[in-house]
Amino acid sequence: MTANPGQAPVPVAASPAAGQNPVLDIKDLSVVYRTPGGDVRAVDRVNLSLAPGEVVGLCGESGSGKSTLVYGACRLLRAPAVITSGSVIYAGRRVTKPADVLRMRPDELQRLRWREVAIVFQSAMNALNPVLNVRDQLLDVIRAHLRIPRDEARERAASLLDLVGIPRSRLRSYPHELSGGMRQRVMIAMALATDPEVVIMDEPTTALDVVVQRDILAQIVELKEELGFSIMFITHDLSLLLELADRIAVMYAGQLLEIGTSGEIHREPSHPYTKGLLNSFPSLRGPRRDLAGIPGSPPDLRSPPPGCPFLPRCAYGTSACEEVDMHLLPVATSKDPDHVTACPFVLPETPAPPPRGARQEPAGEPAGEPAT
Amino acid sequence: MTEQAITLTSAAAARGPLAMEAISVSKDFRIGRGQTLHAVRDVSFNLHRGAVVALVGESGSGKSTAARLLAGQERLTSGTIKLDGKPVDVTSHRGFRRYKSQVQYVFQDPFASLNPVHTVRYHLERPVKLHQGRDTDVDAEVVTLMEQVRLTPARQFLAKYPHELSGGQRQRVSFARALAARPSVLLADEPVSMLDVSIRLEMLSLLDDLRRRFSLAMLYITHDIASARYFADEVLVMYAGEIVERGPAEEVTQQPAHPYTQLLVASAPDPDNLGSALRRGGNGTRRPGQPRPRTPERVAAAGCPFSPRCPLAEDRCRQEDPALLPITTTRAAACWRLDAAAPELVPGRPGGGSTTEI
Repeated sequence: MTANPGQAPVPVAASPAAGQNPVLDIKDLSVVYRTPGGDVRAVDRVNLSLAPGEVVGLCGESGSGKSTLVYGACRLLRAPAVITSGSVIYAGRRVTKPADVLRMRPDELQRLRWREVAIVFQSAMNALNPVLNVRDQLLDVIRAHLRIPRDEARERAASLLDLVGIPRSRLRSYPHELSGGMRQRVMIAMALATDPEVVIMDEPTTALDVVVQRDILAQIVELKEELGFSIMFITHDLSLLLELADRIAVMYAGQLLEIGTSGEIHREPSHPYTKGLLNSFPSLRGPRRDLAGIPGSPPDLRSPPPGCPFLPRCAYGTSACEEVDMHLLPVATSKDPDHVTACPFVLPETPAPPPRGARQEPAGEPAGEPAT
Repeated sequence: MTEQAITLTSAAAARGPLAMEAISVSKDFRIGRGQTLHAVRDVSFNLHRGAVVALVGESGSGKSTAARLLAGQERLTSGTIKLDGKPVDVTSHRGFRRYKSQVQYVFQDPFASLNPVHTVRYHLERPVKLHQGRDTDVDAEVVTLMEQVRLTPARQFLAKYPHELSGGQRQRVSFARALAARPSVLLADEPVSMLDVSIRLEMLSLLDDLRRRFSLAMLYITHDIASARYFADEVLVMYAGEIVERGPAEEVTQQPAHPYTQLLVASAPDPDNLGSALRRGGNGTRRPGQPRPRTPERVAAAGCPFSPRCPLAEDRCRQEDPALLPITTTRAAACWRLDAAAPELVPGRPGGGSTTEI
């Protein structure tokens, strides 16, 4: 490892090739929460990989296990969470041979965290220390993970702020003196402080308004191109991922239901849940569509239903779904073998059944309004 | 400025009779050292029964303050609020309660707005007892409310505590609580932004159903302009406490006139844009190693508040604050450079509206 990680020239693949070795490879990972009421299967045999320079979007609603999956893969969970199976192979450019994160010793973990895999935590409001100023928080990270002299560390802290577009005069500011967008930028600067290979972003823009969100996303992508890290982007907003991510993994009730490139997911969503998600957000452009949403709520993971967890909410569901084995298989009609789905029954062109409780367009025909 | 704005016909007016009017409403906050924050500046709009007016803007634009003024939770610095044609008086306890039974508020955060030590039943019984007559069958009324917000089986949910409910279920309870007063006006402050994308739509369609059924006049506050397109009749865009553009929802979102509205529309995620600038690597205008351009200050001290961020700003924009002037009978915008910002809407306005001074 060089003493000056910021200068290390790193060749970056323009687009992640299919044959490239993943930098992070999650295999068969299961996590349960042991509770008095029984085990909650928060993550159930999940396989997901991240190629160098790739942006993988992990999409799912609250409680789907998306954060648990990623925190589990970084061994950031504590009791009552227990990892019951799987492996997480990390193969960054700086490590000599791939290693299983789940079997690392504490000192190996310490070297992995932040130096190799950094996280931008959800809600910058709470993730920054309110009694330390920006510079001290940055210095804290730099001094903990890089062995460099104090002057150099200070200079690095300042240049990190340049990187995310915050004036250096803000080094002495405390978190409460910064706007939400600035705090989020500081969080990103902290994650990038040690030039990591993999940056995990857990809903980094959820609390921000759209203009700031777009600004920060554009900046994240720019920094990715410049510094050459890979991104695992966690969000519940599929519309955002379609624009941002190279590949999208859709998670529901602790399992992955579909993985595909953004284009495939957008054009030919195969799983009914993905289809439902795509039909859930109002679009700003193009003609007004009828929106259906997804009625119902996710299952209780203490006693998951047999077969497909989405069955109770699925408009296409049949009795065969109760016995389906939740393995991801290539979508039969797709040309892309990496577009995989857990639903073998519904193909992209399967016509939608009549929606249950479909919503009527409110503003469509004001004349037909009963004037109560 | 105000006279001009009021002559406009609200896109919501077709839906039903006028319920509430905000006339030149302003709110200043003192923020110490003799400084004043103009949170809401000279804002006028009408709410009609059975119609939704959306107030769209970024954090800090004053949209929540405007709603709190309407709710009687803040005192006006200047201006008038009228309910059913009569000026509102919330200075007395009794007057405030009478007002509250007409005007109800739904908060953004269903996790913070319900009391964790009380059951759902308690949350609903209190407003029923408070706002409805003594001979009301409270139990039956509470069950009816639960059914109206589609929380069934009602009795099962009534016994639960907030922590036993999902975010969507909690927000349904807050809708039911607001309806318990049988209001004519519902002020919904970002009612779905804390919820998952997949259930937002269901909640908006529930709100829409309630609007229709009870002919509610609704103010829908959001920073998601796309949801305003689907849900609202009229859209008001706020920036730095001022309304910078208003008009029918479909027109404002499809053909925004004000540069700020254009920025809002351009910033919304566009799932159909697969060749997005985001995937190609940001804006691509900056060389590696070069420091990022700093974000300009958000609000100007003088002139048009958007001028520091506006790509079209010229000297005049930095000196004089433009008034909200009508473009058509239902649309208005506050911008000196409308001829450049929206030439298809304002073709022959020399100098960007300089002919209409106030």
